Amino acid sequence: MAIFREFDSRGRDRSAEDRRRHRELVEDSIKKNIGNIIAEESIIGQSKNKKIKVPIKGIKEYQFIYGKNKKGTGSGTGNEKRGDKIGKDIMKEGQEKAGNSEGEDIYETEITLEELIQYLFEDLNLPFMKRKKFSEIESEKNFKRLGYQRKGIPPRLAKKRSVVERIKRKKAYERGQNQNIDNNEEEKRFPFKEDDLRYYRVRQDVRRESNAVIVCIMDTSGSMTLTKKYLARSFYFLLYQFVKLKYVHVEIVFVAHTTVGKEVSEDEFFHKGESGGTYISSGYEKALEIIEKRYNPEVWNVYAFHCSDGDNWTEDNKNAVASAKKLCEICNLFGYGEIVPGYYTRMSTIKAQFNLNVKYPNFSIVTMSRKEDIVPALRRLLDKEKGLEE
Amino acid sequence: MTMRKYTLKELEAWNERIEKIVKDENLDCYPQEFEICCYEDMICYEAYVGMPSHYAHWSYGKAYERKKTLYKYNVEGLPYEMVINSNPCIGYLMRDNTLLLQILTMAHVYGHNDFFKNNRLFCDGTRADYTNERFKNHADRIRSYIQDPSIGYERVERILDAAHALKFQTSRVIGIKKISEEEKKKRMLKKYYDEIKHTSILEEKKDIPFPDLEKIPLEPIEDLMGFMIEYGKLEEWERDILSIVKEETAYFIPQIETKIMNEGWASYWHYKILNQLKLPQNLHIEFLNRHNQVIRPFLGNVNPYYVGFKIFEKIEEKYGREKIFEVRKMERDQSFIRRYLTEELCREMNLFQYHSRAKEVEIEEISDEEGYKAIRNTLASNTGMGSIPCIKVVEASPKDRSLLLVHEFDGRELELAYAYETLRYAATLWGGKVELRTIVDNTKKRILCDENKNIFLKNE
Repeated sequence: MAIFREFDSRGRDRSAEDRRRHRELVEDSIKKNIGNIIAEESIIGQSKNKKIKVPIKGIKEYQFIYGKNKKGTGSGTGNEKRGDKIGKDIMKEGQEKAGNSEGEDIYETEITLEELIQYLFEDLNLPFMKRKKFSEIESEKNFKRLGYQRKGIPPRLAKKRSVVERIKRKKAYERGQNQNIDNNEEEKRFPFKEDDLRYYRVRQDVRRESNAVIVCIMDTSGSMTLTKKYLARSFYFLLYQFVKLKYVHVEIVFVAHTTVGKEVSEDEFFHKGESGGTYISSGYEKALEIIEKRYNPEVWNVYAFHCSDGDNWTEDNKNAVASAKKLCEICNLFGYGEIVPGYYTRMSTIKAQFNLNVKYPNFSIVTMSRKEDIVPALRRLLDKEKGLEE
Repeated sequence: MTMRKYTLKELEAWNERIEKIVKDENLDCYPQEFEICCYEDMICYEAYVGMPSHYAHWSYGKAYERKKTLYKYNVEGLPYEMVINSNPCIGYLMRDNTLLLQILTMAHVYGHNDFFKNNRLFCDGTRADYTNERFKNHADRIRSYIQDPSIGYERVERILDAAHALKFQTSRVIGIKKISEEEKKKRMLKKYYDEIKHTSILEEKKDIPFPDLEKIPLEPIEDLMGFMIEYGKLEEWERDILSIVKEETAYFIPQIETKIMNEGWASYWHYKILNQLKLPQNLHIEFLNRHNQVIRPFLGNVNPYYVGFKIFEKIEEKYGREKIFEVRKMERDQSFIRRYLTEELCREMNLFQYHSRAKEVEIEEISDEEGYKAIRNTLASNTGMGSIPCIKVVEASPKDRSLLLVHEFDGRELELAYAYETLRYAATLWGGKVELRTIVDNTKKRILCDENKNIFLKNE
């Protein structure tokens, strides 16, 4: 006579550890590809909470398997004829067994942009950014929940938690009663007891907010092609996302320059091309002007970043270096990104000048030529900030 | 807890009646145990290939997540039954099943139980008495390596990843005694001397080279796992992990090799048994619905329950009851199909053969007088271990640490992206460069994986 028994996991979640490891591998796989994922055009400009689909390669279990080009057999309707072509989708039923068929293991995972950015910056392990002393522009009173307690006032009753406690007590009771599965008795009432009730523990929370501004400066002269602008845009976008992680309130200013600098809208900044020559200093001067007028560095954390192809007119180099120095003095971080079309382009004069003359710890020069360079460039720039902390 | 639709006493009562029929019909079973569990436990058992204990690896976590997701979105119903080849035989019943489903499952499980105990592949290839101990022992050994501070989780995982990639590259034939290397050498020498003798008398002297008795392996072998255990650049604990994975595969090969027969046999018996149980009408109707669901044909695919059920039915019809017992003892899917999938059956099941290419699927053969043989042969050669490419170890050179593998090409091409990655795992275990020869687009190819795991594809 067969034995029957109820499975009892004894509270053990057997696959928990293997699931955790699998998820970790999935995350690793995202991180490994993040440079490519995040520089995808479709992602740039998305709001941070929108879920985006990210194709994940990997976590496949590779074995020697046969390819798609092969013979097979199947059941039909009886109306099939030799030479008939049929759709692949109707062949799916019952195709499941792992190990001996090519599993379509590439799957897409939904993830918010914010999570992606978190992943991206997790590795950098940045310390909390230096904040301006007088940056406490606003403070906010808030009640923050901090776990549960057994005593409290009725408005703070944690209903869900209390129900859980009651269920726990009920289960314990049943176990004590040794009830088994053929007990078909009608369920008895099992009321709440004082003991089950839980209340929220709260703490008054005062938040200090600090503000930051990002000043995006871009060379919009004739030599800046659409591809170069796209690279610049991706870069600014990520910088913006990053700064937003760290500050409650972030403003962003766009300064376009040719031989004169002017403040423009986001749309104009990225889409309007101009012709003419290049005075980098004009953009810097304009940025300095805006900062002085609207973003007092005593209160604001200022991040300025300039993208250019380095094609500055020679007579401006001296001025450019001088105003770059000024920017360094008032900004948390000032970066110069040179966008070059290929790998073997020699260093531009202005970059050489900056290298030589602008010796500030918060100044950074990066070079980008393809979209894959964006993330490493950003890392380098932000590593600078990390260096400042130490 | 959801309302249960039956009591344990009811199950036991039905089981008693089922067992009586099982006995009367001369099924020969191990003692049976049923474990009743909720669907999460069921998924968990399924993820760990049915075993109460099993070593840890992320792939089982992946399997669990996948199954749970599919279940959540209702893409895939949970299996009604799961049963493991052990003595006593353990069958799992999902708590939420209806009473009828439990009865059907129990009857079905007895079919598997008899099959495990009597089919030649299981008798020769597995030791059901020790199944649980063995899996538990494997789990303990792996855990001890993970906990060993000089080894640790990551290094164990590295070897398990590689072992899983190659696990089906092992001896396929069950019940054949392994010939020792010494014996192989003797045979090679004998063959050589025989050949010289024959040629020297009748014909001009042929140039027969003296056999290379130092060659590793002496002749091409399919047991890549065994080869790695013996010759791979591995530490003792790493070899042990490989042998654990190899043993586990050996345990499952009989099931892989008899999927159609095993499910057909169990379906044949649940159908027989339930028809004799004199079920009340409402249960009987549910039974017929469920049964038809289980053995329905999959359009464009082979449902093993369906094909196996139909073939056993037809064998009984043609040759009598005795014969099906003999068939369940002696055959495996490949021989079962070659011998008993007749033209008549092919027609009844509307089987067809297709050729699947990148974009389209073309129907090549249909079940008529000429077509059925091709269909039968294709099905037979695609079934069981036939669905896994055979890769042979041809030559290892310890001097420059290189290894030559050859894919036994039978018209089916390898999936290259998978072959590259798998080759990297082979290189991990071998500890040197590995070359794989195969054929793609009618061209002989060499896939090379160097010491740094770089892959090159070259024409031979």
